[in-house]
Amino acid sequence: MMMQDAGGEWALEVEDLTVAYADQPVLWDVDLQVPVGVKMAIIGPNGAGKSTLVKAAMGLVRPVAGEVRIFGQPRTSAQGQIAYVPQRATLSWDFPTDVLDVVTMGTYGRLGWFHRSGAAQRRQAEAALEQVGMTAFLKRPIAELSGGQQQRVLLARALVQDAPINILDEPFQGVDAPTERAIIGVLDGLAEEGKTIIVVHHDLQTVPEYFDFVLLLNVRAIDSGPVSDVFAEENLRLTFGGRVGVLEIRETDL
Amino acid sequence: MDFFGDYTLRLVALGSAVLGATSGALGSFAYLRRQSLLGDAVSHAALPGIALAFLFTGSKAPLVLMVGAGLAGWIGTLVVRAVVGRSRVPFDSALGIVLSVFFGLGLVLLTYIQKRPSAAQAGLDSFLFGQAASLLRRDVVTMTVLATAVLVVLVMLWKEFKLLSFDPDFASSLGLPIRRLDGLLTLLLVVAIVIGLQTVGVVLMSAMIVAPAAAARQWSRRLAPMVFLAAMIGVFSGVTGSVMSSTVPRLPTGPTIVLVLSAVVVVSLMLAPRRGLVWRFLRLGRLLRAPDLDPVLMHLFALSLQHPGDPDHGHSIAVLRTMSPGGADVGAALEGLADRGLARATGDGLWAPTAIGRREAERVLEREVES
Repeated sequence: MMMQDAGGEWALEVEDLTVAYADQPVLWDVDLQVPVGVKMAIIGPNGAGKSTLVKAAMGLVRPVAGEVRIFGQPRTSAQGQIAYVPQRATLSWDFPTDVLDVVTMGTYGRLGWFHRSGAAQRRQAEAALEQVGMTAFLKRPIAELSGGQQQRVLLARALVQDAPINILDEPFQGVDAPTERAIIGVLDGLAEEGKTIIVVHHDLQTVPEYFDFVLLLNVRAIDSGPVSDVFAEENLRLTFGGRVGVLEIRETDL
Repeated sequence: MDFFGDYTLRLVALGSAVLGATSGALGSFAYLRRQSLLGDAVSHAALPGIALAFLFTGSKAPLVLMVGAGLAGWIGTLVVRAVVGRSRVPFDSALGIVLSVFFGLGLVLLTYIQKRPSAAQAGLDSFLFGQAASLLRRDVVTMTVLATAVLVVLVMLWKEFKLLSFDPDFASSLGLPIRRLDGLLTLLLVVAIVIGLQTVGVVLMSAMIVAPAAAARQWSRRLAPMVFLAAMIGVFSGVTGSVMSSTVPRLPTGPTIVLVLSAVVVVSLMLAPRRGLVWRFLRLGRLLRAPDLDPVLMHLFALSLQHPGDPDHGHSIAVLRTMSPGGADVGAALEGLADRGLARATGDGLWAPTAIGRREAERVLEREVES
């Protein structure tokens, strides 16, 4: 609903995006159009710039060139439109805080400067934790969580934001099977509400099952579109180069 | 005389409490952001600032010297950032370079000042190791005003600073200006350091940043209690150390405070629940003494496979003992399995795996097959 009001058929548009670290280009002239309401996977080998692309989309890294538009608007005016789940391993899990507090951080964007979170924010956080099945761990210090539990907490924090676009960076990395199913369940629920989901993903096998839209990325955007059109052997070969082993597994599967 | 002594002591105690509270609170954030060494660079870099402020103004007013110290310390952090950003020198090396260059410059300037034929420079060298007894009323007033300002800003921007410290990328995705927040938090740290320089000295001031935070972290599970406790540890060590050095002649304040602090840190690292060494040692002992549950569960599972239609069929503990190696405490292992809901007693000395226990055994088998 809300997204159609915001205008434009693309949730996220990336145009001519180039990002470099030092002198090394990480993304080269990437174009991408993400339709509203898709579940999109970003697929590519290590060092393909997958995380950099989503970070550039949110303005966390500064591009050398290019433009990002969110619902047709330049990115700067689109604050609060994206809920972000960073890669679990990039956080310091020894930070002195507990599960409820981390999830409450998802409300900070709406709270604004100088305001403190209160009972309303706590209720939102508890509801999100219930969705990911973590109600029993409200007061658990985050240092004492398993990898799967950490991922659920980060997902709950994104749910609290209630944003039309959800970007998740490698949410299935190193989590147990129940957590993977729980995450998929939550993402399906978000998709049913018409929200757009963008996932940096590394497991080719599960792409057709979990996603309906895909971007194949290897510094350049190889191809993007509905999984049924784009997720084909030729494209994968272009994306992953000589790493045929990955492809052979797929072929025997099919 | 007695009154004068009391007054000085009260002044010293108040000044040290103020510096301990601010360095403990701001140090917690530096500690959690893994920037503890930045405090060391800032405090050493402040020395030439103090010397230059005196050379240019001829004044030893606390505000003049603190502004000089703060500016030099701030420039030090900018140089560190520039070196890291524009060269291949890593962060810790950049800190080392800035620290020694600025400190060396400060020592040269201090020597130059002391050789000048004037009495006005007396006391500047106490900035090296700190001299609590040299605190005057105007010093303590300035320290208190600055400390109040620092702590008020910290409380007002509490959730923003927490987010910046825990997950800066996420903070940025919410639209927070993290570069400016980062700059502001560093500025607060610089001010907290400047507040303590006269009392603790530039050489050991960084201990006031790192140590209270490290000790407080051992005892706390949330940020607010940690910051509060670090501030209290700072107050305690600051007051104890500077009162001791004010009453014993020729005892430099910085080293005394640091010795008190070190004692607090050692006690915390040893005794804190869950994180302390003693606690971990005890827990390790419990783990080592605990009977090995897995093999007994596997034996029980193997026996239960003999009776596929009767999952509740009890198996004698005597049989399980013959299946296990000599020293194993099969009885304790069965109790342990029962605690975890994996096995249950079906009669006197008879045991059967529960449904959960059978699933767990199957999982262990799968794992072994895989590996």
